[in-house]
Amino acid sequence: MSEQTPVRTTRAVQLTESREALGGRKQFLGGWRRRWNRMARWQQWLFLIIVLAAVYYLPVANPWLITTEPGNDFPIACFQMAVYALVAVGLNVVVGFAGLLDLGYIAFFAIGSYTAAFFTSPDSSLIHIPYLWTLPLALGIAMLFGVALGLPTLRLRGDYLAIVTLGFGEIIRILATIIPAARGQVGFKEVGHPPGTASDGQPIFSVSNGVPWYWLAVTVIIVILLLVGNLERSRVGRAWIAIREDEDAAEIMGVPTFKFKLWAFAIGAGVGGLSGALFAGQVGFVNNQKFDVATSMLFVAAVVLGGSGNKVGAILGGAIVAYIPLRFTAIADYKYLIFGIILIVLMIFRPQGLVAAKAHLLTYSRLALDKVSEFRAARVASEQEKAAAAEAAKGVPNE
Amino acid sequence: MLATLFSLSAALPASVSTDNSWINFDVTSLLQNFWPATFDGLTFGAIYALIALGYTLVYGVLNLINFAHSEVFIMGCYGVVFTLTSLGFGPNAPNLSIWAIIFNLILAMLVGMVFSVVTAFVVERVAYRPLRRRGASRLAFLITALGASFSIQYLIFLVRGSNAEPAVTMFIPTPIFQVFGAIIDSQQLTIVIAAIVMMVATDQYIRRTRVGRGIRAVAQDPDTATLMGVNKDRIIVTTFVIGGILAGAAALFYVMKVPSGVIYNGGFVLGIKAFAAAVLGGIGNVRGALLGGLLIGVIGNYGQLLLGDSQWTDVVAFIVLVLVLLIRPSGLLGQTLGRSRA
Amino acid sequence: MSEPRDEKRERVPVENDPNLGAVPESVPNEGPADADLTDIGPDPTPEADTDVPDEAELAEVLAEAGIDEEVAEAAASEREIAVEVGEKIIEVKAVTVKFGGLTALDDVTFHINRGEILGLIGPNGAGKTTAFNAMTGVYKPTSGDVLLEGKSIKGKKQHRITRAGLARTFQNIRLFGEMTALENVVVGLDARHKTSVPGALVRSPRHYREEKSAVERGIALLEFVGIAESANTLSRHLPYGSQRRLEIARALATDPKVLCLDEPAAGFNPAEKDQLMDLIRTIRADGYTVLLIEHDMRLVMGVCDRIVVLEFGKKIADGSPAEVRADQRVISAYLGEPDDDAA
Repeated sequence: MSEQTPVRTTRAVQLTESREALGGRKQFLGGWRRRWNRMARWQQWLFLIIVLAAVYYLPVANPWLITTEPGNDFPIACFQMAVYALVAVGLNVVVGFAGLLDLGYIAFFAIGSYTAAFFTSPDSSLIHIPYLWTLPLALGIAMLFGVALGLPTLRLRGDYLAIVTLGFGEIIRILATIIPAARGQVGFKEVGHPPGTASDGQPIFSVSNGVPWYWLAVTVIIVILLLVGNLERSRVGRAWIAIREDEDAAEIMGVPTFKFKLWAFAIGAGVGGLSGALFAGQVGFVNNQKFDVATSMLFVAAVVLGGSGNKVGAILGGAIVAYIPLRFTAIADYKYLIFGIILIVLMIFRPQGLVAAKAHLLTYSRLALDKVSEFRAARVASEQEKAAAAEAAKGVPNE
Repeated sequence: MLATLFSLSAALPASVSTDNSWINFDVTSLLQNFWPATFDGLTFGAIYALIALGYTLVYGVLNLINFAHSEVFIMGCYGVVFTLTSLGFGPNAPNLSIWAIIFNLILAMLVGMVFSVVTAFVVERVAYRPLRRRGASRLAFLITALGASFSIQYLIFLVRGSNAEPAVTMFIPTPIFQVFGAIIDSQQLTIVIAAIVMMVATDQYIRRTRVGRGIRAVAQDPDTATLMGVNKDRIIVTTFVIGGILAGAAALFYVMKVPSGVIYNGGFVLGIKAFAAAVLGGIGNVRGALLGGLLIGVIGNYGQLLLGDSQWTDVVAFIVLVLVLLIRPSGLLGQTLGRSRA
Repeated sequence: MSEPRDEKRERVPVENDPNLGAVPESVPNEGPADADLTDIGPDPTPEADTDVPDEAELAEVLAEAGIDEEVAEAAASEREIAVEVGEKIIEVKAVTVKFGGLTALDDVTFHINRGEILGLIGPNGAGKTTAFNAMTGVYKPTSGDVLLEGKSIKGKKQHRITRAGLARTFQNIRLFGEMTALENVVVGLDARHKTSVPGALVRSPRHYREEKSAVERGIALLEFVGIAESANTLSRHLPYGSQRRLEIARALATDPKVLCLDEPAAGFNPAEKDQLMDLIRTIRADGYTVLLIEHDMRLVMGVCDRIVVLEFGKKIADGSPAEVRADQRVISAYLGEPDDDAA
């Protein structure tokens, strides 16, 4: 391949190579990753708990400089960042892991929003169910749409999927406009919210109070992250990365590529639907104006900006893409242009994104690390032994 | 066959529109306007086909879908509109002699082509060439093309705002003759004939000339072609430029047909339809693009009549695209310019 | 069963001696693949542990390296070790492959016996790789059939062919660059894993079981090909030779009945080729059948039990290395002059 250096493959060479590979990779925030890997389990947990506490506390703290006020209400801005982060986590499964470009992600988001509206809004004539039930329902329905769209396209080369999803994103918006039951621009008012009433008689999850919605969204993100993490460190995640790296080789190594691509696509669609339902609940109103295909491009930009193929990057990317237009309202109109240019520039100069981290693909990665260090220790010991032996055998005219 | 369709319509009740209905089928409308819709669809189809050629040529050579091609087209539209506006055209067609009209149209088309070609050239330089140099992954190409597409769209948005350009009417279509009771007018005839002439010219150019041979060589095997002394970079730029020229021509016809349809994000849906046309005919296949374009135009019009809203043309075109991919991904005429899919 | 024992004895110096690459001159280069195979011979290095060790020493070395069970058995833990050169395992029956008007493979028939090392050779453009691709499902043969253990695998999906027991490596290395060496191997092992997507989502007991065995077997396989220390290195950072070895480990991980190696020695120097020959013999000794496509005559003659020669898409010879070497058609195919009395 690229490194066609016919080097003599002695162990010493391999060792230095692997040291370089582990430590020498240039990456922004890369030092953090190395430090993280070196931490003990309890340290990692402690660190995570502190970070989580800070994340949950964020909208209440409303820190100076970071706040989006007076332009935008900060807790609601936090909620929107969380929704974008969730979207990015879902899209990252499709784009980052499996390497499939889904340009119509907004369509699944819209499907989720409309699912929440259809089953909770008084404007809908369908049966009504509690809002929280619409979250798994939105996930399921969006997954079904994902499968329906993936079946014809995933057997073909990747760019077909890209353009078909791009079309799908637009088609869903058009359908919302021209199908009478979807109520076009009139839309659905009073989309449901989780139960609970505050002391003043107002619902806890009101349209104007972003804090509980933000907490709900962050909790959903954590659950989804854990589940996606489970998939990542299993044969599923390995199959996805293998498909992304070399689809033909993956197939020849026994990976049923079509099946796993379809799973990636469906899981991504499901998370998109889930985030759409969350969004619809907080805004309380769904109509056809919110699901512009251009927003799909922002979603892709979020994944690419953060670093495709890694969850931390996706969350960061999603939050940044949502945050910048809210914080710097003067440039909000330019956001599509800015992120469009960022996409080109990143792909040319830094395709790995801000947080370049490799996906964890083994459940027992620590076991593997231990085993390898055992090998190294054994080799070092035997080399020392040999050196000693060679010292002793000096003068022997062999070699 | 038409007679059976008519008797079928008599048996069907007229569609009832209710507030909570999902989809209404209006078969009577389709049958009453069948032939006008067909000829109108062919006109749109000719435009789609010209845009589709841009997708097909770039796909044939690079094996990539040029997402920014819809912006190449819409820039051409802006070129056409600017020219005509500055020549004094407005919402009402001016009373000019036929030669003056032809002269103005050709001038507008040339400017449109220049706009499109420059856009295509810039897209190739900025979004494709740097990645090709470093041998980036296919996903990277798609993402930069996407970025280029949106950057251009929102550049136009910043300069021209979110409203469509004011309508420019070039001439009042005059009826020429009737077929199956449907009137064929001068506009439809101009567009279809001009589009077919341009496509035949493109086809012959690729088949007969030295550059065309280079294009086919790169399409078949880029590495070997390079070894044989073909300048791959130049061939790739050439295909982008040819695609731009055809998109510029399509822009003129589009403005002719839809005078007030020039808007910053207007290229997008047309791009999807043109791509559907290219895939339907067999992507990479020049003649397939014509066939696919005409079919998509006609089918979309039928869908609009049947379902009652002009936006259904987009939905129908999309459904056709998905069905083609499901049933016959290599398209009706197969893929000839490029290699078959890996 | 005496032959595999010899093989095992040889493996230790090959795999555990870091100096081997430095002393290629001492390894006999010529030598037909007769019953004794190439002996690694009087080892020139003075260290005791590089001499051919007995079983006790072997266990000691392995224990020292941190492996608690025998490498070969761990690598192939879930298979019956079949070493007898026996019945036909792959039959290529009258296979023709046409690309448009070009006939790349014309009515080629040959077979591979269980437990043998079969070489497939021929001048450039003879159809070696086409034959290979027709067998492994990359191309569907225009006519003819390919049988694996009596069952047709023609036209099957590639991942099914792999699971049926036919694994391959790539002439131009095709590893998953952003995965570590170990993860690459585990992708191969996954071909035999049965955890479903929901199972992985909720981490079923089977998931844990398979993951644990995957790491252990993966490490064992990397040790088997001699790159265990690089297990956690991204495969694109590995040196060239290690990448080639990793390809073999990844293919072995799918637990194949037949391992197909497509020009595994491309880009190797003579010392590395010798190491590779030893590795191939060891693989066979562990019960795999090997199909080898190779340019390098010395390597093919040195390691193969039987050789099939293709020219212009047709089979022109099939026999032991000695027979093939004496075959006039083969000589003329390679030298281009029918009356040259070479060799």
